[in-house]
Amino acid sequence: MKLMHAAIAAALILPTTAFADDAADLAAIRRDMDTLRAAYEARLQALERRLQAAEAALAGSAPAPGATTTTAAAPPPAAPAPPATAPPTTSAAGANAFNPAISLILSGLYARTSKDPSRYAISGFQLPADAEIGPGTRGLSLSETELAFAASIDPWLRGAATIAVAPDNSVSVEEAFVQTTSLGNGLSLKAGRFFSNIGYLNPQHAHTWDFVDSPLAYQAMLGSQYGDDGVQLTWLAPLDQFVEIGVELGRGRSFPGSDTSRNGAGMFAVTAHTGGDVGASHSWRAGISMLRTKASEQGLVATDAAGDAIDNVFSGRTRTWVADAVWKWAPNGNATRTNFKLQGEYLRSERRGDIVQDVGTSDLASIYRTRQSGWYVQGVWQFMPRWRVGVRTERLDPGREDYGTESALVDLGNHRPRKHSVMLDFNPSEFSRVRLQLAQDRARQGLTDTQWFLQYQMSLGAHGGHRF
Amino acid sequence: MNPSIDRFVRRLLATLVTALAAAAPAHAALRVFACEPEWGALAQELGGNLVDVSVATSALQDPHQIQAKPSLIARARNADLVVCTGAELEVGWLPLLLQQSGNGKVQPGQPGNFAAADVVRKLEIPAVLDRSQGDVHAAGNPHIQTDPRNIALVAAALAARLQQLDPANAAQYAKTQAEFAQKWQQAILRWSAQAAALKGTPVVSQHKAFAYLYDWLGLKEVAVLEPKPGVEPSVAHLQGVLASLKAAPPKMVLSAAYQDPRPSEWLARNAGIAIVRLPFTVGGSEGAKDLFGLFDDTVARLLAGAAKP
Repeated sequence: MKLMHAAIAAALILPTTAFADDAADLAAIRRDMDTLRAAYEARLQALERRLQAAEAALAGSAPAPGATTTTAAAPPPAAPAPPATAPPTTSAAGANAFNPAISLILSGLYARTSKDPSRYAISGFQLPADAEIGPGTRGLSLSETELAFAASIDPWLRGAATIAVAPDNSVSVEEAFVQTTSLGNGLSLKAGRFFSNIGYLNPQHAHTWDFVDSPLAYQAMLGSQYGDDGVQLTWLAPLDQFVEIGVELGRGRSFPGSDTSRNGAGMFAVTAHTGGDVGASHSWRAGISMLRTKASEQGLVATDAAGDAIDNVFSGRTRTWVADAVWKWAPNGNATRTNFKLQGEYLRSERRGDIVQDVGTSDLASIYRTRQSGWYVQGVWQFMPRWRVGVRTERLDPGREDYGTESALVDLGNHRPRKHSVMLDFNPSEFSRVRLQLAQDRARQGLTDTQWFLQYQMSLGAHGGHRF
Repeated sequence: MNPSIDRFVRRLLATLVTALAAAAPAHAALRVFACEPEWGALAQELGGNLVDVSVATSALQDPHQIQAKPSLIARARNADLVVCTGAELEVGWLPLLLQQSGNGKVQPGQPGNFAAADVVRKLEIPAVLDRSQGDVHAAGNPHIQTDPRNIALVAAALAARLQQLDPANAAQYAKTQAEFAQKWQQAILRWSAQAAALKGTPVVSQHKAFAYLYDWLGLKEVAVLEPKPGVEPSVAHLQGVLASLKAAPPKMVLSAAYQDPRPSEWLARNAGIAIVRLPFTVGGSEGAKDLFGLFDDTVARLLAGAAKP
């Protein structure tokens, strides 16, 4: 067949070059030849497939000898198998062709705050000393650098890992999991380290957030973002309406849980989400989730009546409920020019167990119960291509604390932490973003912190997914 | 167990049972999930009432910029066959959609995953892969549906795939395909004859969306309004394009139905040339009701644009 092509090509090309010597003509002929060849080969391939399909169909049904001759006679099998046709254009060589998709997130920040961030606290919430709260460091700093890998492992599994390098040069595994692709029936099983699927914001990586920082409610009740080592099973209902239910089991290694040596699971979560479209322009998703974690000997920092910090130790269970909703609008579903996104989440945390107040000094042991809550609502509007503006408002309720018959050394105060933020971001392309954010943070009783942020976030390498 | 958890679990089970019951009346038809309207229309042409087609996007949406919306995840979960363009057009959303679908049948490499661009010859394959060149696709220009000859190739491959997935109706698919192929070939001859006069006409494109159309009809792309693929043109850039066109003014400026019309309108006004808004896919204009209408309308609009003084 190749010989034939060559002969035709020669016959066509030689006289043309001799008479016209026109490069454009030559190119046109070559193109036509290519088209012809592609068409011819595709047809051959299609014929072959049809033949195979027909044979398969025949093999499936009762083999009647008469039927075989009549059906199989129609397309005579073309002599040799045609060469692999469809031109796969990936020319990556050898072993490297199987390299996973790699992407790198580069991010940096300038922060200016009117109050010292090293003394940041959320009034009324007892948190571990190393809790990720507040605006971080002042001045210019590098944010987390994220390196992500993802690829299919085999026909049944895929794997992904996100390695985060913190500005202090420490490396951490943010996510590293394997996930089934072939269970079918809407089932998917994940194992490893991953962000829990509770809420809307929790499973999203920081670089996809619409504001520089996570909401106060996440900082106070989920340690900024809840990730764990464990397994997750999700099931998507066979409906036109999106209904996804998930169950997670994990170690419970981070706040509100605490890592200890135990055989059982320290974390259990159930998530349920639903969503859909309203017309061509609107889509939404809403859900409710519950996270249960165990903590033992968890160190917490609180404030006493004199305003001094005291150390407490808590052992017990925490149940956190998250209700989330997001609604998006884009004219005719085309978000390229303008679009709007409204999202809100309500978190409620119940802790019960035992506590020792003021460890090392008073050592006051008692039972402990508390119920706290918080919410945020934010809207982000892309008012023209590349430009977005957003507003977020949030509030926390420290609730009440119950120490049984013992007296409370901790002074919750009567302050309701709240914060308002506005942001403006510019996205030169889908892979880059520069953001300016101004926040008025009243997380600390009696203090108003004015925070300015200027941030960049860039993504290199593999194209990230457009999550809803 | 704690009473509130108990209630939650009970409610969860109730939801599961309801969902399962709703799913029970199994569809007999092959469920096809098409990423773009042209492939939905083609699957409908080839499958007729043997297929149940659902289209993920409309002609008014930019196929690069879709999000993995809940409604799409739900539909991908129930699909027997996913028909998409491929060539990285849907790289931002299809992989995510398939991962979240929990549907093993439509994962890449399975018979239920069909990429149209795999069976056609791609144009504009970048020699250098670097994002400094804008949103380029390693596999080449993915907008293959603007050349009807590509549709013919895809139709043959898609019919074969339908036969493979639904062998019980293989003969019917083969018959429909043969009829479609014949009708389509005649239509191509008709369109090619109608548009013969357009050969060599210089045009400007808003986005590099029509490489295959130009290849088919012999139109000459003399400029592109987007400075790089996927980057919105600024006024300064448009002025640069306008200046470069002074010497040899093009006949018309082309944009697709989903694109912002303003850059093309600006150029048409300032260069005094015709503006042609192409349907780009099925549903992109009044006339583009199906695949035949898509090209009837495309050719008609091009001829009208070229006829303007």
